[in-house]
Amino acid sequence: MKYIDEFRDGELAKNLAASIGAAVEPGRSYSFMEFCGGHTHAISRYGLSDLLPPTIRMVHGPGCPVCVLPIGRVDMAIDLALKQGVILCTYGDTLRIPASDGLSLMKAKARGGDIRMVYSTIDALQIARDNPDREVVFFAIGFETTTPPTAVAIQQAETEGLSNFSVLCCHVLTPSAISNILESPEVRQWGTVPLDGFIGPAHVSTVIGSRPYEFFAEEYRKPVVIAGFEPLDVMQAILMLVRQVNEGRAEVENEFSRAVSRDGNLKAQDRVAEVFELRREFEWRGLSVVPYSALKIRQKYAAFDAERRFKLDYRSVPDNKACDCGAILRGVKKPQDCKLFGTVCTPENPIGSCMVSSEGACAAHYSYGRYKDAA
Amino acid sequence: MANVKRGYVRPLDLKQGRVDLTHGSGGRSMVQLISELFAKHLGNEYLGQGNDGAVLPAPTIGGRAGRLVMSTDCHVVSPLFFPGGDIGCLSVHGTINDVAVMGATPLYLAAGFVLEEGFPLADLARIVESMAQAAREAGVPVVTGDTKVVERGKGDGVFITTTGVGVLPDGLELGGSRARPGDAVIISGCLGDHGVAIMSKRENLSFDAPIESDTAALHGLIAAMLATGADLRCLRDPTRGGLAATLNEIAGQSGVGMMLHEKAIPVKQVVAAACEFLGLDPLYVANEGKLIAICAADDTARVLDAMRAHPLGREAALIGEVIADDHHFVQLTTAFGGRRIVDWLAGDQLPRIC
Repeated sequence: MKYIDEFRDGELAKNLAASIGAAVEPGRSYSFMEFCGGHTHAISRYGLSDLLPPTIRMVHGPGCPVCVLPIGRVDMAIDLALKQGVILCTYGDTLRIPASDGLSLMKAKARGGDIRMVYSTIDALQIARDNPDREVVFFAIGFETTTPPTAVAIQQAETEGLSNFSVLCCHVLTPSAISNILESPEVRQWGTVPLDGFIGPAHVSTVIGSRPYEFFAEEYRKPVVIAGFEPLDVMQAILMLVRQVNEGRAEVENEFSRAVSRDGNLKAQDRVAEVFELRREFEWRGLSVVPYSALKIRQKYAAFDAERRFKLDYRSVPDNKACDCGAILRGVKKPQDCKLFGTVCTPENPIGSCMVSSEGACAAHYSYGRYKDAA
Repeated sequence: MANVKRGYVRPLDLKQGRVDLTHGSGGRSMVQLISELFAKHLGNEYLGQGNDGAVLPAPTIGGRAGRLVMSTDCHVVSPLFFPGGDIGCLSVHGTINDVAVMGATPLYLAAGFVLEEGFPLADLARIVESMAQAAREAGVPVVTGDTKVVERGKGDGVFITTTGVGVLPDGLELGGSRARPGDAVIISGCLGDHGVAIMSKRENLSFDAPIESDTAALHGLIAAMLATGADLRCLRDPTRGGLAATLNEIAGQSGVGMMLHEKAIPVKQVVAAACEFLGLDPLYVANEGKLIAICAADDTARVLDAMRAHPLGREAALIGEVIADDHHFVQLTTAFGGRRIVDWLAGDQLPRIC
């Protein structure tokens, strides 16, 4: 595949691995957090860690939209489908997130909920047009990458007067999550989670640009490299981070210059700003309540806000006590450290959210990396 | 008495007509549907017996009595018509393949139809014609069948169940528990064609991919492989769950592991591209005309030569080997230079989000 295979080339990978091997300083260890689940997936799927020297540890971050969605939010969506009888549309992976009472959207569907998987907000709008007598709710989740399409859908619905369409908005923000991790006692005070730098998600930065990361680099003295999702992108980013650490630099560098600029996509940012505003606080799985870390729909578009329209109240629901997803999402624990991992918690029957999406740290390790535990 | 007029029976309207509940009620309409559609296209001396069951000659192979192999398969594919095939030919190929991978020569098929009230007879006729053609080409007749009609909304157009019977010579043993460390893992051609062809036509996802389902009957290819006398351990057709599911199944049954090599696994560019943007892995996508063969390593070349000489095995490739592994992991060396597990599929393959 043109423009894909070039970034998965085994020979180039060998060369890059050799450069990384030559760059790491003897006696020094490096811990880098790949924030985004897309990177976690790429690292596991291509067996990338086999090419890295043992002194480089990749810490899986909380950037998997399915993993950080708290039980209470999924419960709201299930309620809409089962009790309010709406047609609930959402993206694929969301269907499997475990919620209260042993339910998930997939299981709610089997109980008669009209729950439909869509590939884009365009499909959700079409479902609303095709079913004028039914309420259609788009359960919107994801980071900055999926936010502009939701904004456009709401504006489109307004233009068309599509009054049976609304959005249950659960969009979250990357920079707030990163600063939450950097402020956590494990990183800041106790140093139990050594973090020498971040790999930033390129898809998010195609929208928000690289500028929002400049604050972290400066304030927390942590280098950030914004990288694409092909395995060579990730390798290149690791090399760039190793060099920054060696040279004592803490800068924002852009590996994904083929699509990311410093300012990002201004048009998309404008649309998002027109439709959404910051939520005072939002509960994340693993990070608990994080101030100003998510978006809600502005008063101007209140008619399209499912929370207002259906008078939904958010109820926080604690995770299973034995589940270590929280610590795993903060990089404090590895999936193998959790008692439930691979025993009662498997991709077929996930207890915690990290086992749901193949971007989740637990599912990625279970599905792709388990042979390492057997050795 | 001699003056009773023969009643006029209006023939089935195969252009505008639809399945209605009387077609399943056991009355004249049902007889008409069977005679004007099923018997017309699928007819043969056994089906023509017209009894509740078909009386068949005792199967022999090479003039000697053999053992029977029997398999059944339900077909619920949606959409019913897809690039490269339809539910009709698929239901013939699928069951023939399940019998053939046991090493047996497929002899007869039975077909059960569940029709939904309102289903266009024209579509049903297309499906039955396609079945008839597939059965004719494969040389495996449909010898008995059944039809039921369910109310509108209680089915999805047409469901077809086919059952196949074949005969297996004494001495030939193929099975999922026979793989041994050192054996070769061979695939007959490119992976994922069927699954991607189907997905390209799903209602919320239509995209134009020049790709056709690989649906095909594999008994000819298998006969050619058996004729080499090679030490074949196990044959399977990697349908639902793709290569990954089939190899995990064999690894578990045989108590072994597998090591595959990504670079060696044939996947068409268009399939790889479709999987890429849908967030799917071709190793998990369904095939309907592909074969996995596990054979003794020494016989690899012989088996590959025989496969490549057959039209359905032209792109056959050695993709890995069986290894000793108490965990029964199927592993893969990636083209990138790393290693990973190729696990069972968990649930459905769902697209990732962002």
